[in-house]
Amino acid sequence: MSSSADTDLHAHDDGQTHGTRKSYLIGFALSAVLTIIPFWLVMARPLADPTATAVLVILFAVAQILVHTICFLHVNTTSEGGWTLLAYVFTGVLLVITIAGSLWIMYHLNSNMMPGMMDSGEVAGTP
Amino acid sequence: MLKPTPAAPVDRDVFHLDEADGHGSHSSPVLLGFWIYLMSDALIFASLFATYGVLSSSFAGGPSPREIFELPLVALNTAILLVSSITYGFAMLAMDKGRVRSVQTWLAITALLGMSFVAVELYEFGKLIHEGATPQRSGFLSGFFTLVGTHGLHVSVGILWIGIMLVQVGRFGLNTVNKRRLMCLSMFWHFLDVIWIGVFTFVYLLGMLR
Repeated sequence: MSSSADTDLHAHDDGQTHGTRKSYLIGFALSAVLTIIPFWLVMARPLADPTATAVLVILFAVAQILVHTICFLHVNTTSEGGWTLLAYVFTGVLLVITIAGSLWIMYHLNSNMMPGMMDSGEVAGTP
Repeated sequence: MLKPTPAAPVDRDVFHLDEADGHGSHSSPVLLGFWIYLMSDALIFASLFATYGVLSSSFAGGPSPREIFELPLVALNTAILLVSSITYGFAMLAMDKGRVRSVQTWLAITALLGMSFVAVELYEFGKLIHEGATPQRSGFLSGFFTLVGTHGLHVSVGILWIGIMLVQVGRFGLNTVNKRRLMCLSMFWHFLDVIWIGVFTFVYLLGMLR
């Protein structure tokens, strides 16, 4: 897809910093689709069930984050000898522990120690 | 006189000599270090997302997300940020080809898109505050303004950085140092787009489903 030869000079698997026109355009097209669908799901409400809509919206977000990571941030197994990927996965684990752990703890704190103080009695998205 | 002259010529602009060979060995400590900084930034956002998640149903009798969020405005901002991601990508492609003028043009377009994003966000914040939905109104609004405001602050810093790089590239061209800086800024800009995916999904879209 590269139009000239000197684009390809850096097109080998050094990752991390250099993309190709093709990888950027693919990333952009996928991101556009993965953005439009969840907005449509929430704004037009083709699905009556809000839980199903929420699950789908979250799945589209996860897919789009992966697309950005690969097409724009160029994280792969070879860039920087795999250290960017390792740091990324490690951060992902910490991120899940932080967010899910906070919600879990605060949900139980609210429901077990402060009866009557929660209006709805629930925090959405907690197990 | 006292020391023998070094055998290899030293590039005065470069303080990381291992980058000077342009032969694909991108084991730059700066780029990996910047990446690790971004990962630590992601943890700041993780704690802000967690805070928002904990507080997101604490309305204290104040407005709920459905009453104050305007999805068309959020969709507009999402589109602006997504387009700015690819315009920055084009700046990087132009950099690979050594086209200074093209790099400057794409950087300027990216900065303008970033400014539009911040302008729309400030309009939204101003409108909310005007309606009485201030950060001190409820836990939900405190969490909302902190999370979304922190992202907006990052975008503003990115715009400032683009401005600085426009001056740098204009004065010194696409030398090794400027290329490395543009690569770091590239990671920063795309990273902010990734955070925004989390914001528009978890704050706005899921908020409207409440």
